[in-house]
Parts: sequence; structure tokens; C-alpha cells
Amino acid sequence: MKVNDVILKSVVRGVVFIVFTLGMYLFFAGHNAPGGGFIGGLVLGSGIVLLYLTYDIETVHKGMPFDFKKVAAIGVLLATGSAIASVFFDVPFLTQTDGYYNLPLIGEKHLSTVTIFEAGVALTVVGTLVTIILNISEDE
Amino acid sequence: MVIAFSIMLPFLAAALIPFIYRRFKNIHLGWFVLIVPVALFSILATYIPRIANGEVFIKTFEWIPSFGINITTYLDGLSMIFSLLITGVGSLVILYSIFYLSTKESLHHFYCYLLLFMGAMLGVVFSDNLMVLYVFWELTSVSSFLLIAFWHHRKASRAGARKAMTITVSGGVAMLAGFLMLYVASGTFSIREIIANLDVVQSSVYFVPAMCLVLLGAFTKSAQFPFHIWLPDAMEAPTPVSAYLHSATMVKAGIYLVARTTPIFGGHEVWFWAVSGVGLLTLFWGSFNAVRQYDLKALLAYSTISQLGLIMSLFGLGSAALHFGYSTQSVIYTQATFAALFHLINHSTFKGALFMMVGIVDHEVGTRDIRRLGGLMSLMPFTFTIAVIGSASMAGLPPFNGFLSKEMFFTATLKITQLDIFSLDSIGLLFPIIAWVASVFTFIYCVIIVMRTFFGKIQPDRLEKPPHEAPFGMLISPFVLVAFVIGIFIFPNVLGHYILSPAMASIYPMFPSAEELTPHISAWHGFNTELIMTFGVIVVGVFLYRTLKKWRPVYQLIPQSFTLNAIYERVINSSEDVSGRVTNRYMNGNLTYYFVYIYVFFVTLLAGYMIYADVFSWNPSKDSVIEPYELVLVFVMIAAAIAIIFAKQRITVVLLNGVLGYSVAFFFVVFRAPDLALTQLVVESVTTALFLLSFKYLPKLKNEYISKSWRFAKVTISIAVGATVTLIGLAVMNYDRFEPISKFFEDSYDLAGGKNIVNTILGDFRAFDTMLEVVVLFIAGLGVYTLIKLKAKKGDADVESK
Repeated sequence: MKVNDVILKSVVRGVVFIVFTLGMYLFFAGHNAPGGGFIGGLVLGSGIVLLYLTYDIETVHKGMPFDFKKVAAIGVLLATGSAIASVFFDVPFLTQTDGYYNLPLIGEKHLSTVTIFEAGVALTVVGTLVTIILNISEDE
Repeated sequence: MVIAFSIMLPFLAAALIPFIYRRFKNIHLGWFVLIVPVALFSILATYIPRIANGEVFIKTFEWIPSFGINITTYLDGLSMIFSLLITGVGSLVILYSIFYLSTKESLHHFYCYLLLFMGAMLGVVFSDNLMVLYVFWELTSVSSFLLIAFWHHRKASRAGARKAMTITVSGGVAMLAGFLMLYVASGTFSIREIIANLDVVQSSVYFVPAMCLVLLGAFTKSAQFPFHIWLPDAMEAPTPVSAYLHSATMVKAGIYLVARTTPIFGGHEVWFWAVSGVGLLTLFWGSFNAVRQYDLKALLAYSTISQLGLIMSLFGLGSAALHFGYSTQSVIYTQATFAALFHLINHSTFKGALFMMVGIVDHEVGTRDIRRLGGLMSLMPFTFTIAVIGSASMAGLPPFNGFLSKEMFFTATLKITQLDIFSLDSIGLLFPIIAWVASVFTFIYCVIIVMRTFFGKIQPDRLEKPPHEAPFGMLISPFVLVAFVIGIFIFPNVLGHYILSPAMASIYPMFPSAEELTPHISAWHGFNTELIMTFGVIVVGVFLYRTLKKWRPVYQLIPQSFTLNAIYERVINSSEDVSGRVTNRYMNGNLTYYFVYIYVFFVTLLAGYMIYADVFSWNPSKDSVIEPYELVLVFVMIAAAIAIIFAKQRITVVLLNGVLGYSVAFFFVVFRAPDLALTQLVVESVTTALFLLSFKYLPKLKNEYISKSWRFAKVTISIAVGATVTLIGLAVMNYDRFEPISKFFEDSYDLAGGKNIVNTILGDFRAFDTMLEVVVLFIAGLGVYTLIKLKAKKGDADVESK
């Protein structure tokens, strides 16, 4: 099926960046505003799905040469790993901590270990979502 | 800290195996793995002097403090013995396996499982917390399952692995129930704290049930009668595994548990009779059945069962001392426990050596059947030496360590008859008799091992390979073990003082000094009853071995269908049958039925409860004003929902369903729940996209004929579900039976440093849920992936219509 979808392709090219930016924003905004690992991951994942829907798999794969099963696996490892890591600091399993740090260039920022955990969640969501959709669609 | 590290190290090493395996293809993987137990053994060995001085090392890591579940590592005399065995024998076994398993086998799997097993065993012996102990306990079951089924292309391996798993895990679950009862009785999961509050536990109604359940766990794991049937089948594993699991570690986990919980349960009549009685029965039954075996490994398996029974019975006899508390009278009976610990170590040395010897024979000759073996002495002199020393020690002959512990065993059985509790003064006479008879059989099978393998005429045409001596590397490990067999005989008191004495102190915590509990072990203990018993064993044993052919038919007396194995098979087969039939009845592959089950359950449970508790209520006074655009949304939703029912095409259904989802998202916006709205929007988009993608696989909606009553039932269920949800929604506002939990989350910023309550709940307060959900999501993703990939391979797309 070859449809001349110039409009779709041009629109998606712009939209995907907005979607990705929104996804990243939602991910980092999570702790204080609507967002977080799950939603951020979902938005990023749907952005990727949008790319796959518009372009064919090979083209997208050239730009994003990830094995999304591995992305999901890394996500799970990150989430469980950050949970276990707290044991080594002599605090109960899954304890999170936070604090204010003065970072170069961007000034004082609120950093929290929950971000690592949430990153794991986000990566799992992205990985699983794209894996499922790719596999259902690519089988022709 | 070091102890916690030593539990972690095997797991870490197991995680690294895939990388090492890929990086160093030319070097046998075992060499890398060998580092782990050797390092752990060396570290633990440095603790021996301090443990011998009565020190204990405790370190607590909080895990789930609110439930009292903490990872408390605990190193005392008892865990010292076991950890030294696990790492020491583990090192030797891995060294041996390097020469036993060729690089053609999937070594990365093998060593990964082995390391998991080692870590789990160390976890069992180092845990003070019952829940943590249970987790590691089941991990040993799982990893041993993987090890036994290592050659999974063989049917017998899989069957053996399943049997071992079924039996030990059932026992494990019983044990878990026992642990929970102990928790209810004492209020703590910590073994040390339970021992400290013994009066409370012992007066509880749960005391005896908990004891029985914990014993079930110990008996199944340690292959005690009648649960012993899994152990011979587990011999399908590669020989290094058999040597490790079935001589030194897994089967001793049950012994460990009995030893560890003796201070809690010991002194009670039920405990005494269960442990010593089952132990003696196992001792007899194992040794009796070992004699009939033709396979050397099966013979050793039964011999392990019987030796485990011996150790178990000794722990039972020793627990009688706790009945009296601390007194000079009870000190005599503690010597049974001392003998148990002593024999535990001796058994690991000689049985490990014997398993390795059998492995060598199997490896170099190609068979383990004693009917085909014979005359190997001149061809395999080193292996022969190992076999002689190992068997002689097992038979309890001097000058080997088995002699010492067997004499102490006789002493203990004789002493117990003098005790006037638990009506031992009358029935007690059975103890020395059974012990002696079992020892005769032990002697016979030890003779069989040596004579039938190494003496007589060689039958080269019945062997698969021309026999020759094993390579040097394979002989190192059994020789080290054999050196221990002799060394312990010569210097038993070194072992007694440094290793056994602190362990005695942890089994009898109320006894003031460990020195008093440690008898002096001497090879020559005078010309007494025990020695006469040993002479009797030899004389009768030799006689019975000579006349073996004449009385062998005794074994045919038990009909095949009444053996424990046949019963096990029958239970497994019939339960598979029944569960298969039941499952096929309700899992019929039709989605409609599944929804019916779910919804009927939902309605009965929720609506049932609401009616039962009489909480249906509607009080509109608290409601806010309904805005006109909300009404519009509601009507859109109602229209879409009704339209779905009459839709003729699937794509219409999908899109209408999307309308419903987006409308709900709008409601979330209106009700100021931006998180939910966002999630709902994205999820709705993704699922709609997914639906459309998988659209081509789905068949067209068919206008099937549905009977009137079925249609009516469906409509009723639908309406009931809708009504229940609506009523719950209305009733929730006025439901005040429970304190709302939202108060707790209001100070999320102070507690978790986040202003978004939803996210602090997900990431901080209830992060455990989130973590597991992530795992579930991942597994679901993998499931979809494999389902589609497997289906694609078969070229079979038509699934739903089946």
C-alpha cells in the first residue's frame, strides 16, 4: 500500500518533536506538577508509535536503532535496581531521598532519587508499548 | 557487612556469568566461578577463631520494617558449620565439575544455577528472619529444580526435577504456615527474639501446630521418610550437582532448620518423637533399600537418605536435654546433638568423595550399573583408594571419621534408654536395635560399592568405554575430601573445639558454657557395648553380604502398586487429570464467558457486600451544581454507549469506544484531575491505535444465533454491572465506615519532597506496587511478543474463531 501522504509526513515531522518535548517535560515535571514516569513514558512511546505509523519500520530504525525489548528490560532493571540500591545506604528497601543542589549553569535545582526510579518506569513503558505495537503491526 | 556480602556475592557472580561466558570462550567457565566459593570460604575461615571464642556477628538491613521483616544476617557457630560446608564442598565440587563437564555443555546455565543455589543456601543459613529464610529456602528449591533438570532433553531429568520441586515446595509452604503461626504466637519473625521469649511461644495454642508444620518443611527438604522418594530421582542431575546438592547442601537445609529451631521446640514430646522417630525410620528404610539398588548413584542416594535419617534422629535425641533445662543430667544427652553435628561434617566429606568417585567411574567407563562393573581396581587404583576410604568411613570402620561419629551415635541411642521421660524407659529399647540393624545394612551396601565395582572379573564387552584412570584434575577434589576423612579421625578434637563447640552453644543457648557441652572425642573409647555392636555389625554384615543372593527376594515382597513412588505417581496423575478437566470446562477460549465470570463475581461480591452492609445511600446535599456542558458530555457518552450495542461493524465499535474514553478524559479535566486526564487521553489514543493495528487479524463481526435465555442472561449481567457501579459511585460520598487515608498523603511535600500527590504515591509511598507493576508490564510485553512470534512461525493467524 503506497499512499502519497506528504501532508502526514510533513506534519508528523514537526509534531513528533513537540510530542517528545512534552514527554520529557512531563517526565521531569512529574514530582510537583501533572506528569511523571508513567505518563511521560506513554507520551514518548506514542510519539515513537506515531513515527512508525508515518514512516516505515526501516527508516525509523535507522534513526532509532534500539531494540525496544532491551529498553524495557533496562527500565525494569533500573526501577528494581534503584529500589535495591537503598539497602546499601542502610535504609529500607525502596527508600527515596531528595535535596536541593546548586548545579552549574542552571542554578539551584531540586533533585530526587525518585527520578531514577521514574526513569525506570518510563523506559519500561516506552519499551513495552513500542514492542507490542511493532510486533502486532509488522507481521505481514 | 561481610556476611551480607557473602550472600550477595554468588548472586552477583551469577549475574556476571553471561558476560564472562561471551568474553572468554576458550577458558572453562568453571575457573571463574571457582573464585567465588574459594573466596567466601577463606573469608569465613578467618572468623573461626572469633566464633570459637563465643562471638556472634549480627547485622540488620531494614527491608519491610513495618512488618518486622528485615534482612538480618547472623553468623554463629551453627551457621558457621553450614556455611563452611556450602563454600568448602562447593569449591571442591566446582573444581571437579571443571573436569567433569566438557565445554560443549551449556556451562553458562549450569554455573548460573549453581551460583544461585549457593547464594540461596548461604541465605538460608545466615538469615535470622523467618520470612527471609523462607524466601531463600524456596530459592534453593527453584535453583535445584533447574540443576536437576539441567539435561532437560531427557525425560527422566525433567520428571526428577519436578518431583523434587513438588515435594520440597509443598513442604516449604507448610513451613511458611508454621512460621506465620510462630509470628502470631511471638510477635516477631526473628529467631533470636523468639528464643528470647520462649515462655510466650511455648504457652501459645499455635505451638504444636507450628512445630508440626515447620517439621514438614524440614522433612521434605531433608528427604525423610516418606518424603524421601524425590532424592533418588534427583540423581538424574549431573554428578557434580548430585555431589553438591545431595551430599553437602540442599538436603542438609532441613537438618539445619531442625537444629536451628531446636531451642524453640526442643524438649517437647511431639518434637522428640517426630524428629528422632522419623529419623530412625528413615535411617532404616534408606539403608535397607540401598542394598537392593543396582545403579551406584541410586545406591548412594538411598545411603544419603539413611545417613540424613541418622543425623536427624540424633538431633531428636539431643533435644531431650532441653526438657530438663540446664542440669548435669541433661548434659549427657546433649552429646547426641554433638554427634549429629559431628556426623554432619563427616557425612559431607565421605559422601562427597563417594559421589565424585561414582562420577569418575561413570565418566571413564560409561556405566554405573554394578551388574556391568567389576575388576576396576588394577585399572583405576586412585579411584579405588577413594572408594575404599569413603565406604569404610560410611560403614563406620576405623581409622576413618565415620567410625567416631557412628560410635557416638550408638552411645546416644544406648543412653536414651536410661531416660525416664516420654516413656523412653520401655519403648526406648527400640532405638539401639533399629540403629544397629540399620548399621548392618549400611555396612552391606558399603561392601557392595567397593566389591562389585572394583573386585571380581572385569567385563570389557559390557562397558561403553575402555576403562582407564581419571585425569588428575578430577581426582583432586575427592582426594581433598578423603584427606579430611582421615584427618578428622586423627585430630577430631580440633574440629570439636573450633567448629562444633560454638555450634553447640547456639543450639543450647541456656547452657552456660560451651566447653561443658563438648565431649572429648577419642578413637579408643574402651572395650564397651558400642564396640561390641560395631563388631557385630561387621560379622553379621559380612555374613549377609555373602548370602545376599539368597535373601534378595525379600525386596520383591512389597507389591509395586503399593510403593510410595506408585502412590506419588497416582496422586500427581489424577490431580493433573482433574485440574485439566476443570480448567477445560471454564477456560473455553471464548472471551464472552470470561467476562461473564468476572462480572458475575464483581456484582455478587460488591453489590452483595453493599446490600449486606446496607450502605446504599444517596444524599445529594453535598453534590456540586451540574453544569450544562457536563450534561452534554453525559449525553454524548450515553449515546455512544447505546450505539455500540447496535453497531454492525467492528471499526464503528472501536471508534465509539474511543469516544467513551475521550469523554471520560474530559470529565477528568472538568473535575480538575489533570494527571488522570493526561493518562486517560494517552492510553485511549494508544489503545485505539493498537486496536486499529490488530484490526486485520480479527474476524468480521458475525451475527451468530444466540438463544433467548442466554441473551437475557447477558443483558441482566450488563445491567447489574452498570447498576452496581452507579450505586457505588453514589454511595461512596457518604461512606464513612473507614477513616479516609488521604490525610496521610496531604503532607507529601514534607515526606517525599513532591507537590504532586499522585506521583508521590506512585513513586514514594506505594513505590513497591509501582515497581511490581513495571515488572508485570514488562512480562506482559514479553508475553505478547512471544505469542505473536510463535504464532507467526506456525503460520496460524486464526485464533479467535477456534
